[in-house]
Amino acid sequence: MTARDTNALSGSIFDDTTEITIVELCEVCSVETKLVDEMLDEGVLESTGGSREKRRLPYSSVRRTRTVVHLQRDLGLNMAGAALALELLDRIENLRARLRRR
Amino acid sequence: MTIGLAMEFRDYYEVMGVARDATQDNIKRVYRKLARKYHPDVSDETDAEKRFKELGEAYAVLKDPKKRAAYDELGANWKDGQDFQPPPGWSEGFEFSGEGAGGFSGDGYGGGEQFSDFFETLFGQSRAGAGYTGRRDFNMHGEDRHARISIDLRDSYTGATRSITLHAPELTDDGHVVTRDRTLNVKIPKGIRDGQTIRLAGQGGPSIGDGKAGDLFLEVEFRPDDRYSVDGKHIYLDLPVAPWEAALGVTVTVPLPSGNVDLKIPAGSNQGSKLRLKGKGIPAKQPGDLYVVLDVKLPPAHSDKAKALYEKMSEEMPFNPRANL
Repeated sequence: MTARDTNALSGSIFDDTTEITIVELCEVCSVETKLVDEMLDEGVLESTGGSREKRRLPYSSVRRTRTVVHLQRDLGLNMAGAALALELLDRIENLRARLRRR
Repeated sequence: MTIGLAMEFRDYYEVMGVARDATQDNIKRVYRKLARKYHPDVSDETDAEKRFKELGEAYAVLKDPKKRAAYDELGANWKDGQDFQPPPGWSEGFEFSGEGAGGFSGDGYGGGEQFSDFFETLFGQSRAGAGYTGRRDFNMHGEDRHARISIDLRDSYTGATRSITLHAPELTDDGHVVTRDRTLNVKIPKGIRDGQTIRLAGQGGPSIGDGKAGDLFLEVEFRPDDRYSVDGKHIYLDLPVAPWEAALGVTVTVPLPSGNVDLKIPAGSNQGSKLRLKGKGIPAKQPGDLYVVLDVKLPPAHSDKAKALYEKMSEEMPFNPRANL
């Protein structure tokens, strides 16, 4: 190991086995809970049941939320349009994965 | 911003691909169309992020009649990339809102979100103080920042250290926003997978007052690999074999990300047969598997001898590939 390696920063890993709360999602994405509620209503995000404080979302929600924010801001989409775009992006990703596996 | 610094001229009309006398409506239409094409969240183009940023900058100027008029004052003889200095007294008589506008905005995706020096010299800082405005009396948590980091599949097998440079706006004590380059050495842990995120606590945006610094989120993506394709923790490798190797069986040396192994291909294999190497995928407590997918290659019938062999097979081997057609 070189000296540089020993100075390197280590972080914690987040993926879909990691669950976060609505409050954490809002903090990470700098959005208001209102937007998260809209996304849950539209089915863009899915959470476990229970009260708002107890609800948990998969970590992939961060990426989905950020994508919705970008699409709304940059392309002027409304929530339904952003939801459709996300769904089509998911479909493309699934097709790509199938192509890779063949 | 240092005035007098050499910088490159940006031809915003060229960036957007519109004529210098394009109408505002036309500019808006073209922007929308290109924005959909190059939006980093939806685009397949390799340089989407860069193009989208350039587009956002061009649109920020051309959509605003005041900025556009000021830009047009520079004249039509400049070429994109040419060394540029603003004429003395430039921008007198114009008022700019100082708002960056346009497309991209700055949550730190991929590093610096700021517009070019050219833009900032002419029109001021693109988003001075965004996110901080009017809140200086509070103790405020620093912003979380997000960036992407590309690694090779092999790095996931061994672990690695990557140095990354972030260009991020920072707030100085006297309330100005400056861009600073920050280089971090980051450990890429063994077993990291495409799409996972590394969170570095306290490495995001600086705090204000007694708030705590934001976190830095690094989204990991694997660089495309010529040999291997990745599906979660499983790896796929196409292995070319000769027809007789597949039919009769053979032992071949196969390059795995973790090193070469000798692999026995059973007799009676076929095109697309999958051989699973358990635990040879991405390392973990329960490691992924590596699938070797056979790709039968036909030898060309270029020589008389090869043709004779094919003819012999056709005579002596009853085989109808279209039996199920």
